[in-house]
Amino acid sequence: MASIDATNDATRRPFEGRRVHLGDVLLKGVAGAAAAGGVALVGLIAWKVIDGARPSIAKYGIAFVWHIAWNPVPGHEIYGAASFLFGTAITSFFALLLAAPLAMGIALFLTELAPRGLQALVTALVEMLAAVPSVVIGLWGILVLGPQLRIHIEPWLHSALGFIPLFGPPSAAGASIFTAVIVLAIMILPIVSSISRELFLGVPHELKEGALALGTTRWEMIRGVVFPYARGGIAAALILGLGRAMGEAIAVTQVIGGGVFIHWSLFSQGDTLASKIAAEYQGATSNLDVASLIYLGVILLALSLVANIAAQYIVRSVARKHGVTRGGHA
Amino acid sequence: MSAHELTTPAMRLDRLPRRRAVNRTMEVLAWLSATIGVGILAFVVYSVARRGWSELSLSLITKPPIPFSFTNAPQGLANAFAGTLVIVGLATVMALPVGILIAIYLNEFAPPSIRTGVGLALDVLAGVPAIVIGIFVYGLLVVGGGGQSGIKAAFALSILMLPFVSRTTIEVLGLVPNSLREASLGLGIPQWRTTLSIVLPRAIGGILTGTVLAVARVAGETAPLLFTSSLVGPRTSWNPTHALQTVPLSIFELSESPNPKDHARAWAAAFVLLVFILVASLTARWLATRNARKIAGR
Repeated sequence: MASIDATNDATRRPFEGRRVHLGDVLLKGVAGAAAAGGVALVGLIAWKVIDGARPSIAKYGIAFVWHIAWNPVPGHEIYGAASFLFGTAITSFFALLLAAPLAMGIALFLTELAPRGLQALVTALVEMLAAVPSVVIGLWGILVLGPQLRIHIEPWLHSALGFIPLFGPPSAAGASIFTAVIVLAIMILPIVSSISRELFLGVPHELKEGALALGTTRWEMIRGVVFPYARGGIAAALILGLGRAMGEAIAVTQVIGGGVFIHWSLFSQGDTLASKIAAEYQGATSNLDVASLIYLGVILLALSLVANIAAQYIVRSVARKHGVTRGGHA
Repeated sequence: MSAHELTTPAMRLDRLPRRRAVNRTMEVLAWLSATIGVGILAFVVYSVARRGWSELSLSLITKPPIPFSFTNAPQGLANAFAGTLVIVGLATVMALPVGILIAIYLNEFAPPSIRTGVGLALDVLAGVPAIVIGIFVYGLLVVGGGGQSGIKAAFALSILMLPFVSRTTIEVLGLVPNSLREASLGLGIPQWRTTLSIVLPRAIGGILTGTVLAVARVAGETAPLLFTSSLVGPRTSWNPTHALQTVPLSIFELSESPNPKDHARAWAAAFVLLVFILVASLTARWLATRNARKIAGR
């Protein structure tokens, strides 16, 4: 099929002065359509989710976001997202607070300290932690971790630090926001640490060796060279971790216990946007109930879109600054 | 800024013992972090294995559950294992071709600006919470379209797989040396044949690895199934036009049951799921390092 004049075309751009092959057009068309479909899917998801929430949006408008009451009992129906927004904020914030230093420690261990053999092993093990399904972590959280925390950790923290509102009296039911925080921290730990590890690996050796040659200790080199160099990327990694923590539904539903209230005690029950949807969707009684649950999904989608786009933006601008071309991390 | 920090009094030699102590502390903390990270995995796997192992029996995958009963008759989760096989299989069949096509378009055809744009969309799609994907498919297909079914659940899972398959395929296609493409085009072979017969076969190992990882990832996914395939009976069915029970959803439901027998079955199912996922991820990881070397021709 190839025409003879194609031999002259080696330096030209494809399609320029060369016969257009039907196969090229077809493959480009089909593959392009798939790509366009992938992009359209994001828009379609946003549209369809907002569409499902329409009855609730029409009834409550934006005020839904700061109304606390949530009562699906027919005749007394009223819905608001504030307590779940608060639950999402408090669980994902504290999960990040726990996971971030640990993740940095693991990433530094893997890039600066670990002996060669241990390095590959620990990297693989941390990635395996990311592969454990959320429902299995949730099962473990509700039957193993939860009781342990309630019996040993929570009373101890309460008696030692009870003057801080965060460490209130432990709940009798066993489920608590604290368990959810730890479960979420476990789930975002491998994500943040593996992205940070890659960032630290990308710090140029000349810079690190230069600092060490100036007589810094290893920690001073990390503080003076590695952290500033990777700063933007670390921020992106943390935001991605936060997004993941906000969106996790199943494991949180299993351990958090449910409830509609805003309080500061980590040892009581609570609910997040995602866990509320997962827990109540099947028992939803009315159209407005379903639409309001989906409205929670709209808020969740908006939060995760903002987090992801922000993180991708940071990743890309950092990549541009450091002159490397690499894709973002999902 | 970093240069300035490096010449601050922290460098002074008279404070060397203190600086060394700080350095030592930080090293110990990093070791401790790694120990905690690995320890958590060990604790989770040990908990699941200890409780799941003793409950493991053939009836777990061959016998259906007996709902609302405290009988001692052997019961299992045959319906859930069948459903998970069907739904995850279908999801793979849906996500794989589309994911590969997107990767081919981005890597072989698209101009850089479109590449970044679509790449961003894929990353955003990967960040959409699984439960929101569930709501989406529920609103798109379940509400007006005849209720839940295995196919709809598979569609939801395929959306979760899609960015993952595309990303790994793009990465592998990027490893195929350009000299191969140039040699093929130089022989007058059109671009579509070059892509399909030269580039793609070279990358196939890497694509398979990515697929195994994607399967491992969605096999344990629960949230989207809640909306698309959760209203089910105990009967074992392979028919994806009806709602099917699945392993993750069974674990979720059994974990909230007050009956300790249900917990035991949840642990056993979690053990099977965890072993499958960990073995799949490890195999994929091992294949990936082998493949990367082979594809690049080194």
